[in-house]
Amino acid sequence: MTDETAVLSPSPARTARKGEGEGRRQVWRSRRYRWDVRFGPYAFVAPFFLFFAAFGLFPLLYTGWAALHQVELTDPDSMTWVGLKNFTRLWDDEFFWNALRNTVTIGLLSTVPQLLIALGLAHLLNYRLRGSAFFRVAVLTPYATSVAAATLVFVLLFGRDYGMVNWALSGLGFGPVDWQNGPLASQVAVSTIVVWRWTGYNALIYLAAMQAVPAELYESAELDGASRWRQFLHVTVPSLRPTIFFTCVVSTIGATQLFGEPLLFNGGAAATGGSDHQFQTLGLYLYEQGWVNLHLGRASAIAWAMFLILLLIAGAARLLRGRGEAR
Amino acid sequence: MRALRAGRLTYAVLGVFTLGSLFPLVWTAIAASRNSTRLARTPPPFWFGGNLGRNLSVAWTDANMGTALLNTVIVAGTVAAGTVVFSTLAGFAFARLRFRGSRVLLALVVGTMLIPPQLSVVPLYMLIAELSWTDRLQAVVLPTLVSAFGVFFMRQYLAQALPAELVEAARTDGASSLRIVWHVVFPVARPAMAVLGMLTFVMAWNDFFWPIVALTQNGSPTVQVALTGLGRGYVPDQSVIMAGALLGTLPLLLVFLLFGRQIVGGIMQGAVKG
Repeated sequence: MTDETAVLSPSPARTARKGEGEGRRQVWRSRRYRWDVRFGPYAFVAPFFLFFAAFGLFPLLYTGWAALHQVELTDPDSMTWVGLKNFTRLWDDEFFWNALRNTVTIGLLSTVPQLLIALGLAHLLNYRLRGSAFFRVAVLTPYATSVAAATLVFVLLFGRDYGMVNWALSGLGFGPVDWQNGPLASQVAVSTIVVWRWTGYNALIYLAAMQAVPAELYESAELDGASRWRQFLHVTVPSLRPTIFFTCVVSTIGATQLFGEPLLFNGGAAATGGSDHQFQTLGLYLYEQGWVNLHLGRASAIAWAMFLILLLIAGAARLLRGRGEAR
Repeated sequence: MRALRAGRLTYAVLGVFTLGSLFPLVWTAIAASRNSTRLARTPPPFWFGGNLGRNLSVAWTDANMGTALLNTVIVAGTVAAGTVVFSTLAGFAFARLRFRGSRVLLALVVGTMLIPPQLSVVPLYMLIAELSWTDRLQAVVLPTLVSAFGVFFMRQYLAQALPAELVEAARTDGASSLRIVWHVVFPVARPAMAVLGMLTFVMAWNDFFWPIVALTQNGSPTVQVALTGLGRGYVPDQSVIMAGALLGTLPLLLVFLLFGRQIVGGIMQGAVKG
């Protein structure tokens, strides 16, 4: 703020020397300049906030409003006030609780192995490697594969009768697993797709953090006679704690949103999440209520329930983190 | 940073990871080159057959993959361009310009990253229905045209790559904000803009929930919508479905083949600062 006035307003002597018109132009120019300095920054950040207000904030708030109404997809303009009925309905809805349970199970089955494997993989990638660029790009390739393409392949790989997974298992002497209809088996299969797509991505994030760990920490650990494994546990992992927390948050948000994998893993891509809803997630249930059963009000209520669940998780994470730091 | 030399075991384990990462993609191509009868037999095929051309052409015409690919290039390209420009402008303002409320606004940007987009999907649908945008590409372009991650990413990059003196010198010369953006910020930001553009392109290409809601298989689908149509049994032939999956993934794999290192660098860069 200091430079603008000092540099920009033309000196009075100079203005006086020039003609009247010239002076006015100078005044105009310096005024425009001051406006530019003061309002330019707002103009630069405005597009983000305008688009966010129109397509992010307004819909988010309106979801809360719509959740208090009965709205049908076929006629979204006519809304009937029903108060909290959509929410009380949800409370008594066994499919909602089922979807919530499935979301938690699949979330754990996908997030925990994903992050653990990513940590190990990052450790390996952190060695001085020949062809390190190749390995990094290779493990990131699943990230470039879309949910749809990946799920369609995994449906075949996990096929009960002709799938490669069961073929390999039978070679090891295990009976065929029904990856579609088994409650736990189907959730493992859906989680596998998530793990496949995101492990490499998380590994690169951990790798970046590992490269920022000062070498002296390892040197002094080495002097203390710590083995490689103990160095990993006592130097690498603690240094990575903020990054691990960050990936946990991102993966958890991703897990609560899980939609594409369970939708397409179902034969015929019906939104039921399996014949017995065995792998229907909250995201999928929201879609089923809104765009299959055409109840937009109920879908909004599910969206708000998901939001509340996220807030609860965030609160719990804060508590845990605060306690971890206090120690 | 520490770099120990890798032993054989490390290479072996990394080899397994590479294989695991690439195998489903390779097998997509194998399955796409067979026919549905062969796929319904054990053991599953491990090598290519001769049906690839036929399956690709069926997927291209019957499953609307041709239209879908074109649409997705348009959508992902527009979204990437918009995100890059708007993020650079906002990132520059947050990194190097002083204005009242900038800290609060930046905190708001970061905060919006934690709001999952699925929560807004119902009113968003009502909005585009009101505007008669259903099944039109602007319905999937406009809501994703800006990105909080992008703003934050560019801010972090510019805060470190763009010297404050450079901006001040340009100001002293009487350059307007727009001139500074054009002649100082864009040249400095170019590497980060390229990385952000690629990351956004990949994300927009693979965007799933919203396109499924807003577009239809037979109207103007994106690749993901067309693939979902395939999964719904639109073409009841597994080898054609795999050909569609291959078509929908190949363009991105190509991008990866060409710019993989930069994308890896971008993700790692975003990670350290994020």
